[in-house]
Amino acid sequence: MGYSGERLLLNKQQERQASRFRVWVMLAIPLAAILFQVYVPLFFQFLSFLELPLLVVVYFALMRRSQISGLLVGALVGLAQDSLSRNPLGMFGIVKTLVGYFAASVGVRLDVDHPAMRFVLVFFFFVFHQFLYWVMARALLGQQLAFEIQRMLILGVLNAVVGVSLFHFLDRLRLTV
Amino acid sequence: MENFLNRYRSITVLLLVIFAQLVLLAMQVKNGQDVPVIRLWTVTAVTPMARIIEGARSGSIGLVRNYILLHDAGDENRRLKSDLDRLKVENIFLRNELNMADRGKALEVFQKSTPSRTLAASVIGTGAGSVSKVFFVDRGSSAGVERGMGVITPEGIVGKVTAAYPTASEILLITDPEFAAGVVSQKHQTHGTLKGQGTPVCKLDYVPPEDKVEPGEWLYTSGDDRVFPRGFPVGVIKSVRAGQPFQEIDVQPAGMQHGVEDVLILLEGAHQAIPEVPPANQPVYIAAPAPAAIAGSTATAVPAPANSGTEADKLRTQYKAVGDAQGHKFGEGLPGSKPPDFNMPLPAAGGPVAAPGQPQAPGAPRPNAPAAGAQASQTGQSSAPKPAPNSSPALQTSQPRTANPPAAANSAPAPRATPKQTPGVRTSPLPRSATPGAPAAGPNRPAAQPVEPER
Repeated sequence: MGYSGERLLLNKQQERQASRFRVWVMLAIPLAAILFQVYVPLFFQFLSFLELPLLVVVYFALMRRSQISGLLVGALVGLAQDSLSRNPLGMFGIVKTLVGYFAASVGVRLDVDHPAMRFVLVFFFFVFHQFLYWVMARALLGQQLAFEIQRMLILGVLNAVVGVSLFHFLDRLRLTV
Repeated sequence: MENFLNRYRSITVLLLVIFAQLVLLAMQVKNGQDVPVIRLWTVTAVTPMARIIEGARSGSIGLVRNYILLHDAGDENRRLKSDLDRLKVENIFLRNELNMADRGKALEVFQKSTPSRTLAASVIGTGAGSVSKVFFVDRGSSAGVERGMGVITPEGIVGKVTAAYPTASEILLITDPEFAAGVVSQKHQTHGTLKGQGTPVCKLDYVPPEDKVEPGEWLYTSGDDRVFPRGFPVGVIKSVRAGQPFQEIDVQPAGMQHGVEDVLILLEGAHQAIPEVPPANQPVYIAAPAPAAIAGSTATAVPAPANSGTEADKLRTQYKAVGDAQGHKFGEGLPGSKPPDFNMPLPAAGGPVAAPGQPQAPGAPRPNAPAAGAQASQTGQSSAPKPAPNSSPALQTSQPRTANPPAAANSAPAPRATPKQTPGVRTSPLPRSATPGAPAAGPNRPAAQPVEPER
């Protein structure tokens, strides 16, 4: 499925079209993203700004165009990320569940194959993810985390750039109907 | 339902997953008190319901319990109200008893000090007429009461006996329109007739315009009516208005100012024996004539001034009394000789003055000793009142608490500027006896005296 190029919204026919992936892709890509998130910053500190698990969840949610599959992917990736972090189990799980759900909801209506749309969506969901995590950390864990908007926006742009590229790479892994 | 789940399947799954992760999160996270959040949430979620359930349970139980308690409280309230009512009545009764005892003590003291023979009686009823001011006392003819006897209290005269039955007597109050008594004013010695008006205020009648009376002046019995001995307090002049042919004078009675519950019946006027009983349905007691009328029979007394004269006559009489008191005879002596002291206080203007060196009659009417017109008769002296500084020494020695006994006894009437002097003698209950303390025998007193039965 190529880029629409001229319009962002999908017609009725396109709305019923959903991307399909192989099972190993559905397992390996999120796992690789989590591993990258965990280990790469140990060696490359500057890459710690990348939220690859989030980008993977957004991608699968958008492409699958299924809210349930999107929230499940988000929940699983988030719980896995929590398991490998110092956070209590469920922090990233809840956030990424909501991100997967809303991303799938958006993917049903929008032409998520468009690079600009992907850039915007990744940027939006990154900010949404960070904000929701900040709220939950503040409400549930009582942590007084700083919420730096400028830094958040910059990181959102960077992740959006990386996400557009990553999405282009992952498009090659999906099955053509 | 299935359609509903299919329609909202996504959101349902979302909520379930979020909820599951929240539970998972809550199981790990602990709050500041090291309490897992899952426990905190659980407690927070459960305790309100438990509180509601407990509130409903305690409320229902409390309702039942309060109903039972209130039911008991109602009985208890009724019982307490009953006790309160009973205690109120008892309190009133005890207050009345105490008041009665005080009055009884005052009467007793007065009885002992007054020269007249009296009989204590208690009011047991009032007359049925709305205008008629009568009441009944518990002493009758069997106790020696006769029709026409005067009725007094330490404060003053109250009335007179209009009917004596064997066990009770009817007393006509001085406020009754049919009541009349001869009175004399203390300061100006103005004679008149006290009459009831059917109101609490009496009037002084038959006082000519030329006679002088003043508001605030005390009135005493003159003895002219032969009911009351001379010298008993009657009341205070409230107002004086000019009128023809007599002045209109209102008098506030003194004997009834504290109510009439216990009274003394004058069995005998101290200054004269009981005269003959007129023929009537009941024997009528008539007291002796006024002291002035019998003054001529005694050599030591000066006749009472004639109050019916002019002011010049009164002044002449007064000067003559002053001269007699100091042994001075007007018209004798050379010019420049020492005149009599006209500033010497007279016992009572126009009243009889004792001869120099002669003891004064203790019962003489004076500001502090009004009720003793009859004492002179007991001592064999003139019944004419004369000044006496201490009119009843026996009272003051026998009653330690009677610092102001004159107020209640022999000196009760005249200077009643402080009528509260009487309570000073009210210390013990009333012994319901007759007049044992009163001088029993005198020159003019009959040998046979009525014997008062014990109550």
